[in-house]
Amino acid sequence: MNILVVDDERDVQTLFEQRFRREIRNGEFRFFFTFSGEEALSCLEKEDSEIVLILSDINMPGMSGLELLQSIRQTHPHSPPVVMMITAYGDEETHAQALELGANDFLTKPLNFGELKDKLKETL
Amino acid sequence: MSTTSFLIAFFFINYVRKAIQSEAKYPELDRLIVSVRYFTLGLFGMQFIFDDLDIFRLVWPAYLAFLVWTSHKREEFEPVRSTSLALLPYVAITLVGELIRMISTDFYHQYDAFFEAGKFFAFIWVFILWLNNRKQEKALEAERLKLEKQEELGRVTEEQRSQLEVLVAERTAELTLQKEELEKALNHLKATQNQLIHAEKMASLGELTAGIAHEIQNPLNFVNNFSEVSVELVEELREESQKPERDVELITDLLSDIEQNLQKIQHHGKRADSIVKGMLQHSRTSSGQKENVDLNAMADEYLRLAYHGLRAKDKTFNAKMVTELDPTLGKVNVLPQDLGRVLLNMLTNAFYAVSEKKRQQPQGYDPTVWIVTQSRPGQVIIRIRDNGTGMPDSVKQKIFQPFFTTKPTGQGTGLGLSLSYDIITKGHGGSLEVVTQEGTCTEFIIRLPR
Repeated sequence: MNILVVDDERDVQTLFEQRFRREIRNGEFRFFFTFSGEEALSCLEKEDSEIVLILSDINMPGMSGLELLQSIRQTHPHSPPVVMMITAYGDEETHAQALELGANDFLTKPLNFGELKDKLKETL
Repeated sequence: MSTTSFLIAFFFINYVRKAIQSEAKYPELDRLIVSVRYFTLGLFGMQFIFDDLDIFRLVWPAYLAFLVWTSHKREEFEPVRSTSLALLPYVAITLVGELIRMISTDFYHQYDAFFEAGKFFAFIWVFILWLNNRKQEKALEAERLKLEKQEELGRVTEEQRSQLEVLVAERTAELTLQKEELEKALNHLKATQNQLIHAEKMASLGELTAGIAHEIQNPLNFVNNFSEVSVELVEELREESQKPERDVELITDLLSDIEQNLQKIQHHGKRADSIVKGMLQHSRTSSGQKENVDLNAMADEYLRLAYHGLRAKDKTFNAKMVTELDPTLGKVNVLPQDLGRVLLNMLTNAFYAVSEKKRQQPQGYDPTVWIVTQSRPGQVIIRIRDNGTGMPDSVKQKIFQPFFTTKPTGQGTGLGLSLSYDIITKGHGGSLEVVTQEGTCTEFIIRLPR
């Protein structure tokens, strides 16, 4: 399963690679990393068919996670990937807005990787 | 005939009366003098009766001598004493003449002309002395009047002077009171200014808090995550090391991962640390001590703080942040707390401007804030640019004035830019310039000498 992670913090890549080291090693998950909404969109164009799940931070400079979500839902209405939003601000308003824009799930930082792992496996 | 003697006596008495001003000063004496005058008139009349009596001729000189003697006798006649002496030659020559006539009429008649001439000259002497005296008296009188006038003038001047002194004292008291009141007002203003500066600092700190919380949360999450994952890695390493056939490559991988994680933990720990330090520094009163500071790092840090500060208040807000930092900048000697406040203030303004524009025209607008550092010979330039609402000329001219703000009441103190201006110009000897175009962009240019 190809998963795209979008976060402006670059160390997220190292963290995911270590947290999911077993799953990556046995080929269960394959991660792609981009560090902005814009970068994520161009990545999606290239890896279009292969990305089945997107994990995106909301609070990023430039294009925000919500804008990215809106853009994905507009440009890929037929083969919709699963989109999970992650944010440090776990307020109701943002949560509602994310779900309204078509997010499949809403996670708050700090991430509980055990829970995330279960959710990913469930989706798979 | 003794008419001359009579006239002398009569006028002398009148003169004395006038000279000593007896009528006004010594009324009793005056009555006496008036009596003497009548007596003189009587004496004059009597001489017609006793004309043939030779001895009577001696009466006039005796009478005149008596008058002179009297004038020397009493205190009151002091002013006429010297004048009275003028009578003595006349008295003497008349007396001698009459005595000689009594002893030898022939001899007298033989030298009649001498005696008459002597009498005449003595009379002239009296007359001249009297004239001279009168002249002197007139001069004295004039002098006295002048003196009186001067005294009067002096008295008036003195009166005016004392009046003026009273006025001056009154005005001085008034002015002193005003000065004290002004000083009080000034002290009050100074205290208020300090309070306002403190309030402005606290307000900007409030803006910072949300940004800081976010900025600290991120590194803390990494610290937690990397340490948790490292525990897992160590566990895996232990399992692997207990196997009879160890996968050396895996062990090497695990060890290098653990090492990398520890470095990440340290990195993010330091990141949180520097943010907390920055916050403390910001709230602290300026030490007034310049320090060598990495301006690029400071610019980047404050850009993020300002961004997250605004984000925390308005969650829909977003903007692109662009840093163009000159790698040759090196360390710059600045007042870190003060300069930090300036940067925070300008960046907050920049983000505010782009968010306002985004609110007005949500479509097709790409809100962006730039922070640029440049190294130039002898100076360092920091540019803070935004493509926000810009400012009309009327606003641009007032932005550095204290209490000027375009924000709604309660949202800005109006002191940010005025304080920033003081910090850059007075605190650093630099310059602060603004370039703006209404509806398009704003750029603040800070120039610091190095």
